[in-house]
Amino acid sequence: MSNKIAVQVDDLTVAYNYKPVLWDIDLEIPEGVLMAIVGPNGAGKSTLIKSILGILKPIAGSVSIYGKSYDKQRSLVAYVPQKGSVDWDFPTTALDVVMMGTYGSLGWIKRPGQKQKKAALEALEQVGMLPFKNRQISQLSGGQQQRIFLARALVQDASIYFMDEPFQGVDATTEIAIINILKALRKANKTVIVVHHDLQTVPEYFDWVTFLNVKKIATGPVKDIFNDDNLTKTYGINYKVSIHK
Amino acid sequence: MDLLEYIELVINDYTLRTITLGTAILGAVTGMLGSFAVLRKQSLLGDAISHAALPGIAIAFLLTGAKESNTLLLGALVSGLIGTFWIRGIITKTHLKSDTALGLILSLFFGFGMLLLTFIQKQPNANQAGLDKYLFGQAATLVESDVWLMAIVTGLCLFVLLLFWKEFKILLFDKDYAKTLGFNTKTIDILITSFIVLAIVLGLQTVGVVLMSAMLLAPAAAARQWTNNLSVMVFLAAFFGAFSGVFGTAISATQNNLSTGPVIVIVASVFVMFSFIFSPNRGLLFRQIRFIKNRRDLELHKTLSFMFNIAKTHENISHPHTIKILNNFQGYTKGTLKKLVDKNYVTLNGNMWSLTQEGFETASNLYNQQFKKDE
Ligand SMILES: Nc1ncnc2c1ncn2[C@@H]1O[C@H](COP(=O)(O)OP(=O)(O)OP(=O)(O)O)[C@@H](O)[C@H]1O
Ligand SMILES: [Mg+2]
Repeated sequence: MSNKIAVQVDDLTVAYNYKPVLWDIDLEIPEGVLMAIVGPNGAGKSTLIKSILGILKPIAGSVSIYGKSYDKQRSLVAYVPQKGSVDWDFPTTALDVVMMGTYGSLGWIKRPGQKQKKAALEALEQVGMLPFKNRQISQLSGGQQQRIFLARALVQDASIYFMDEPFQGVDATTEIAIINILKALRKANKTVIVVHHDLQTVPEYFDWVTFLNVKKIATGPVKDIFNDDNLTKTYGINYKVSIHK
Repeated sequence: MDLLEYIELVINDYTLRTITLGTAILGAVTGMLGSFAVLRKQSLLGDAISHAALPGIAIAFLLTGAKESNTLLLGALVSGLIGTFWIRGIITKTHLKSDTALGLILSLFFGFGMLLLTFIQKQPNANQAGLDKYLFGQAATLVESDVWLMAIVTGLCLFVLLLFWKEFKILLFDKDYAKTLGFNTKTIDILITSFIVLAIVLGLQTVGVVLMSAMLLAPAAAARQWTNNLSVMVFLAAFFGAFSGVFGTAISATQNNLSTGPVIVIVASVFVMFSFIFSPNRGLLFRQIRFIKNRRDLELHKTLSFMFNIAKTHENISHPHTIKILNNFQGYTKGTLKKLVDKNYVTLNGNMWSLTQEGFETASNLYNQQFKKDE
């Protein structure tokens, strides 16, 4: 971890209708952290990521990636959407989906070639999905689809990774495989931001954490701020279960 | 009339040739574009657009008094585009569900269009005859210039499709992701939608407002059944569409008094039905067959693994055993035993059976076979 700020969010407020779902968020994410975003369903975790990535337009506030706007820095950023956000019955193969990760660097009109295919195959290998490369995506299990999305982001070869619930519906073995990949990314000084629901594993997997529930409750190193007090503030109910090791 | 005679007729008869070409091209372009509508789950879009085009036709007539198709279709294009962008606006601004927005615009524009049509028909001196052909279509009124126009639009559409293939694909599959990569999804979206509007408007004269959406949906829905590859799907949809056009025209030309548009739509629908039943991967029939076959395989495998468990207690795996012990196993029938022999997993000797080396290996690999199928 260095002193550089990878992602900075200032006074961000986002609303779909009238009521803001994110309220005045300030957030600084240092370079090289593996950060969990935790909060209950509907807390605005996906919305926060989508706003940072320019998918949603905030009603107020700004976002910068290494000091510049997202538009200028998009080649530094990769994204793993929530799995349920696409139609998996789409007529295409696993390899083809992973190749989409190269589209951004290709730009308009240019088609992916051998180089892109090689990168996609490597990413598939990395997530252990190479044997499934020619499978129609609807014939993959939920956990396999999740790994395809991860591979697609890996192909982007970015500096900052945003992942929306990459552990959703994966078995224990896959979860370990994925977290090892994330840890390897951090080791390479990449910044990884993960929406995460399993509070038990936060201290084990992550070194940085943000508590979110419409407002930002807290953000910082896991060892300093991952405590019952913040959990109670975020989840409402009294957090008596001590989940530290 | 036999096929050869008919082909000769198509080649020599100006009207028939024009209609055949026109409906073929129309079918191809709507099939192609329909794939995109189907994959985006915007099945109602075509219906909304074609209905939204009706008031444009009426207004163009009221303003210019023209009866020739180009002027009227220009009117249709304008009101079709207005309707479409209102739909987009409603969806993005109000958070109504898209089918609500589509239904709303459809009824609003169609109602208004019908109002104008009845108004025109009440005009004493208006030579209104012919406007209602846009309701149900009248392929017989196609002339060569109409076909040229269709061909040019189709060519243009094909060119744009090839040029922006990758962009279209990623927009269809994962719009938000495409946005994060820096693609202006709005532009791509408008491009596709405009072509869909254009293709629909071109079809109004032939197929009519009411049935036009079937031209968009049917070939694409049929094509989806046969393939898991987007390019193949688009190609097949174009082919099914073109074929429906040619075949539908042939039926209506040889059976007097059948109007072409509805026949084409029926042919396309037959394609859909056929595909839903008979396509190899997604079709109902083969799915049922596969289900039965899987059940049989399972029985076979169960018997084999039962034998395997007996055989592995002996040092020599091919040690013979009496058939009688198989009777203890409920899944066993004479048929399964014969099939196991056919597959060379088991050999019979009198009323004794023994596992072959191959049978032994197959049985021990039964439960980790999944990967092999993918290689
Ligand atoms: N497209 C939308 N239109 C309107 N409201 C939305 C939309 N998407 C999300 N919301 C609302 O915004 C709030 C935040 O949603 P968001 O998806 O960001 O939550 P989340 O923290 O990611 O939840 P989860 O854990 O269930 O994924 C919720 O109250 C949700 O109902
Ligand atoms: Mg979410």
